[in-house]
Amino acid sequence: MKALFYYFIFPGFLFSVVIGLLACWVDRKVTARLQWRVGPPWYQNFVDIIKLLGKEIIFPEGAKITFLLAPFLGVLSLGLVSTILGLNIIYPGQGFLGDLIVVLYLMTIPAIAMIIGASASANPLASVGASREMKLVLAYELPFLLSVITIILRSGGSIQLGNILAHQVSFGSNIISFSGAIAFIVAILCIQAKLGFAPFDISEAEQEIMAGTLIEYSGLPLAIFKLIKALLLYTLPIFLITLFWAKDLSPLFLIGKFIAILVIIILIKNTNPRVRIDQAVRFFWGKLTLVALIGLILAILGL
Amino acid sequence: MNIKLKALTKSLWVFHAAASPCNNCDIEILDVLTPRHDVERFGITLAGSVRHADVLLVTGVPNYKSKGILKRLYEQAPKPCLVIAIGSCACGRIMFRESYNSPCPVDEVIPVDAYVPGCPPKPEAIIAGVVKLIEKVKHTTSKV
Repeated sequence: MKALFYYFIFPGFLFSVVIGLLACWVDRKVTARLQWRVGPPWYQNFVDIIKLLGKEIIFPEGAKITFLLAPFLGVLSLGLVSTILGLNIIYPGQGFLGDLIVVLYLMTIPAIAMIIGASASANPLASVGASREMKLVLAYELPFLLSVITIILRSGGSIQLGNILAHQVSFGSNIISFSGAIAFIVAILCIQAKLGFAPFDISEAEQEIMAGTLIEYSGLPLAIFKLIKALLLYTLPIFLITLFWAKDLSPLFLIGKFIAILVIIILIKNTNPRVRIDQAVRFFWGKLTLVALIGLILAILGL
Repeated sequence: MNIKLKALTKSLWVFHAAASPCNNCDIEILDVLTPRHDVERFGITLAGSVRHADVLLVTGVPNYKSKGILKRLYEQAPKPCLVIAIGSCACGRIMFRESYNSPCPVDEVIPVDAYVPGCPPKPEAIIAGVVKLIEKVKHTTSKV
């Protein structure tokens, strides 16, 4: 019963959806202010979701049943991620051994859900988007995992989120060391691709392949994909805070850090044009992996 | 008015359906979406795919080729879907009435909910048309 409450209501699904939709509003508002506009009201994303729930669900001819199941796969796994992260922040030391690995795996599932859904939708543009998303996942996972390994090395080889938090509370945040700062920069850029924000919004490029992976979705499944975006916008900054910046996690500091990371992500999104998929893969496997390796070596040296 | 329609009026995602226009109306539609007029204040954004659309912005006089495509676009959009005819051509195909290549106006192909005349209509006129469309949706219960 308590587990269900954790999963569905408080640190889990409902709470993180609300915070995530508010974070989406912050995204739209900051974007609007950067473009010298006023921007939508705070409840705009909630209205969007309610509207999508009321629309017709179109099941395209030739699509498989996985077309409708894929979004649920993504949203369920992200609910679990937000539960694990939230419980670790509220009750430190309550986690289980290896929950970092579980979180890392669960956070790739939304991208996989998007690939499955797009491939099942029997649309050529969606399949272009799916293949781009697949290449992007392969590209950004390598530097992202290297930066996480840097943090594991810095916290004495622990793969438990509670221990990483405890290590930072007693020895200071990871971000203020050289290797931690480098890993943080690498992770922020990878998160940009995980969220599907510019410059790495290649898989759902609105202008060239018309929303790409999401092109055939309408009504409820589209609303759930919007929820996945919102949940990602909540869980990924929280994950970064847990790994890199967890010296003080009192509620006020936590909100401040969350908004700071959110604004950094939004600023990167708004000041960069979209890259091509080959440029993105070259960037992640070339330069960024090199930087992440430098951070890793610095962490081994103890800096 | 139920919550479904209320949410619909607060978040209209528009899709740009150009049925062989001369592009002036399209340029004015793009002007509406620029920071100067900022329709995102009212939740209006441009959708890339017709499956996400709530409103079809139709410009131009349908010819024999784009007539069928327009009908298919309307059928592909998830209901409830509203249609705005933008520009004098789409409202009543003014000077192309006698043309050999204009079989019918837009509202004989798909049901049109609001008309915005003008050649091309100003961005303010388009916004006024959207406001009237929202009023119309608010006052109808059985429609859409």
